[in-house]
Amino acid sequence: MMRGLALLMALAMLAGTQIARAEVTASTPENDFKAFRNFFTNKFPKVPLNDFVNGPYSMDEGLRKQWIAKEDFPPYDFALDHGKELFEKPFKNGKTFADCFPNKGIGIRQNYPYFDDKTNEVITLELAVNQCLEKNGEKPYNYMKDDMAAVTAYMAFTSRGKPFDIKIPKDNPKAVEAYEKGKQYFYQRRGQLNFSCASCHIQAPGERIRAEVLAPALGILNAMPIYRSEWGGMGTISRRFTSCNSQVRGVPLEPQAPEYRNLEYYLSYMANGLPVSGPGSRP
Amino acid sequence: MRIITSIIVGAALLLTVAVAQAAETAETFNAAYAKAEAANKKAGELRNQWTTTVAALKGAKKAADEGNFDAATNLAKRAEALANASIAQTEREVKLWPDAVVR
Repeated sequence: MMRGLALLMALAMLAGTQIARAEVTASTPENDFKAFRNFFTNKFPKVPLNDFVNGPYSMDEGLRKQWIAKEDFPPYDFALDHGKELFEKPFKNGKTFADCFPNKGIGIRQNYPYFDDKTNEVITLELAVNQCLEKNGEKPYNYMKDDMAAVTAYMAFTSRGKPFDIKIPKDNPKAVEAYEKGKQYFYQRRGQLNFSCASCHIQAPGERIRAEVLAPALGILNAMPIYRSEWGGMGTISRRFTSCNSQVRGVPLEPQAPEYRNLEYYLSYMANGLPVSGPGSRP
Repeated sequence: MRIITSIIVGAALLLTVAVAQAAETAETFNAAYAKAEAANKKAGELRNQWTTTVAALKGAKKAADEGNFDAATNLAKRAEALANASIAQTEREVKLWPDAVVR
């Protein structure tokens, strides 16, 4: 009798392990999306869903008041003007950015990044901007700031309020692979301080790290590019990712490395349905 | 008498260690630096170099250029240890990251 009971218990434990493993392997972008969303809405029940795109301002009342006051004269305004000018200025061959993008580049920020079935890689807006320049015989921009931040700021501004709409083509396993690699990058610890992206933006949003209030991972890219007081200027998603790596004492990868583009793909998919709020400003 | 002998022997030992520690040469530095560089290169292939490793390597090179091979070798050894730690971190994290995923 006792032996039978022990055997049953052992079998139950074994089955439990198998079920747990099956849960891990059964992870799909759709399941991840639901779990990610539930995590944040349960952790911060008082924060309206669309407010997560406002990062630390959705977490801290004092910061929010300062931000609202700052928005009367937003620090990214100069970049918007410059970006519009660059966007409309013809290249040497007479073409403009409008010739490279769907809908002439207006109101399309929410669709980036996307997975290109021809090249089997993630195409971010920043990459697409430089591809457009190179295709038209122009010198590509620095990925981190200045002209790149200005053009993407203008493109984001024309898309404000539109919900993120990132697609993972189910018929292309390479797209799911890119998504999974982005997820791995997000959760994998690195740098001498042994931090992952999730260490700050999943485990501790709303908490302070030194003087900064950490932003939630949900909607963290919707306000990009941003004017950051710490930087004293505008910065792109590339700048954000590389500076995060440096802060944990890791050597940053090259801007727009496949790892960063996959990470952007993962985070943007998690933000599906949340509005574009860029360009933004952060402390 | 025994105490005095012990003190003399101890002092002699300490002196030997100190002399041995101050005996780093260009050759010992080069060997230590090559090992550190190789480990850091491997960390780079794993896409996880640490800024502190790079700083230690730079410091080692600078000290060697100034002829201070004791400091240079120490820094090179430190760089190797840091690079090896970053490699170990990557190997560990490749297995552990799924545990952190929100479910």
